[in-house]
Amino acid sequence: MTALIYPADAKVRLELTVNGERRVGEAEPRMLLVHFIREVLGLTGTHVGCDTSNCGACTVVLNGRAVKSCTVFAVQANGGSLLTVEGLARKGRLHPIQEGFWEKHGLQCGYCTPGMMMAAYDLLQKSPNPTEEEIRRGISGNLCRCTGYVKIVEAIEYAAQKLRSDPSWRSGGD
Amino acid sequence: METFILVFKVLGFGDLCLYPASFEYYAPASLDEAIDLLNKHREEARVLAGGHSLIPMMKLRVLRPAYVIDLNRVKGLKYIEEKGGEIRIGALTTYYDVITSDIVKRRVPILAECASVVADPQVRNWGTIGGSLSHCDPSGDMGSSILALRAKMVAKGSSGERVIESDDWFVGSFQSALKTGEILREIVIPTPKPGSGGAYLKLERKAGDYAIAAVGVQVTLDGSGSCTYAGIGLTAVGPTNLRAKKAEQALVGRKVDDRVIEEAARAATEDCRPTDDPLRGSAEYKRAMVGVLTKRALNKALADAKRSR
Ligand SMILES: Cc1cc2nc3c(=O)[nH]c(=O)nc-3n(C[C@H](O)[C@H](O)[C@H](O)COP(=O)(O)OP(=O)(O)OC[C@H]3O[C@@H](n4cnc5c(N)ncnc54)[C@H](O)[C@@H]3O)c2cc1C
Ligand code: FES
Ligand code: FES
Repeated sequence: MTALIYPADAKVRLELTVNGERRVGEAEPRMLLVHFIREVLGLTGTHVGCDTSNCGACTVVLNGRAVKSCTVFAVQANGGSLLTVEGLARKGRLHPIQEGFWEKHGLQCGYCTPGMMMAAYDLLQKSPNPTEEEIRRGISGNLCRCTGYVKIVEAIEYAAQKLRSDPSWRSGGD
Repeated sequence: METFILVFKVLGFGDLCLYPASFEYYAPASLDEAIDLLNKHREEARVLAGGHSLIPMMKLRVLRPAYVIDLNRVKGLKYIEEKGGEIRIGALTTYYDVITSDIVKRRVPILAECASVVADPQVRNWGTIGGSLSHCDPSGDMGSSILALRAKMVAKGSSGERVIESDDWFVGSFQSALKTGEILREIVIPTPKPGSGGAYLKLERKAGDYAIAAVGVQVTLDGSGSCTYAGIGLTAVGPTNLRAKKAEQALVGRKVDDRVIEEAARAATEDCRPTDDPLRGSAEYKRAMVGVLTKRALNKALADAKRSR
């Protein structure tokens, strides 16, 4: 096998699975994944809050691992599997995490919400029955300037319980 | 990172450009191929591991490598295994892998404790032990645990491999002992003897931040309760991660009681070399916190050591 080489400034064709569907798009090597998601794939649910790896608004799940998509190059996702907030719902049914934010009023302006949900998704994959403290640690890479986090924690507790009682949600999405 | 942003603003760069300069991207399939590429492009190239220090620096244009060599498609750099009295960790092993490893939990819990206070879950999913050590940030957490455990680093270059002791690894701020053209391949930790314990304690301004100060402690006690091994590493209180040698000397060969712990903690405040900084406090404050953290970490590590004897 030899190295993949993508020349500077040239656009390369990327092929990946996005929310369960095969998608193709072009990016130059320096393009960050978040810009690829928003501008090339047209999925604007993923937000840019800080651009400095701090706020977590851009969180997506790449190859099973949550990542701040402003801190990874789009070319690194080539051939991989990506889950964004748009991929959470199934057949018009809200994902339990989305339902939790709805039922428990886990948002105000909503800017941080997609990233919070994807961080929650990562947490609940790793730890299906988290304590309040684990939830707080699980979203410690995500900033919310509105809610004070209390309602977000309740939303994730709701989702955890719902996911445990309905395991059909557990596998998949990505 | 804030320090970089601050410097940028002070220098009057004005609006931050958060888009990296352009570069050619390589994704080699083997380590030898990666080393060849690195040796072809030398100073103009950077390897990409977790990317969680490299990419932020490229976005701020602190670094503008013309070539980026992504190690993530190289097989066989991600593992934690124990054999022949050593624990071997592949450079591309993530913080998350370290935290969830049974070998780490059983043999070197200090590493799991340390990895779990780095940044936040997303960063821990991607950041790697090899990236952290190669980056050599004096505020990096991993380095202090590596010093406390007296680990060795295995570097590979075009003329083969060499082994670097942790005492020789931390050359300067953001400067490891790696030479241009070398890649850190593996970290080797001598398996601690029965009767060992460790702890990593970090004081931070807010969740997920770099340390104000942090201390990693690894100790071994013999059957009579005498200390036969002490390793202490200090984070964010010097130009590199530092080994607290006087504090270690205050422990080894002695039965460790409260008085000895106090003495070691005081010695650690003399070992550290903190500076004033506008974000995380004065040198005096950090020095005092090194004392407090050393004492607490020692108590924790010693309790574990007694339990595992
Ligand atoms: C929001 C945020 C918060 C953070 N907080 C903390 C914190 O609290 N504590 C902490 O310790 N760190 C923190 N970090 C840094 C984080 O731990 C990085 O992941 C780590 O410093 C670098 O590891 P990496 O795998 O991401 O390396 P990369 O970013 O890929 O590489 C870093 C440097 O090392 C070189 N390099 C990488 N791997 C190798 C190798 N195998 N051989 C030779 N050279 C190599 C690269 O060329 C580059 O120069 C934080 C980062 C972010 C984004
Ligand atoms: S936009 Fe990526 S972390 Fe804030
Ligand atoms: S709801 Fe406004 S930032 Fe969280």
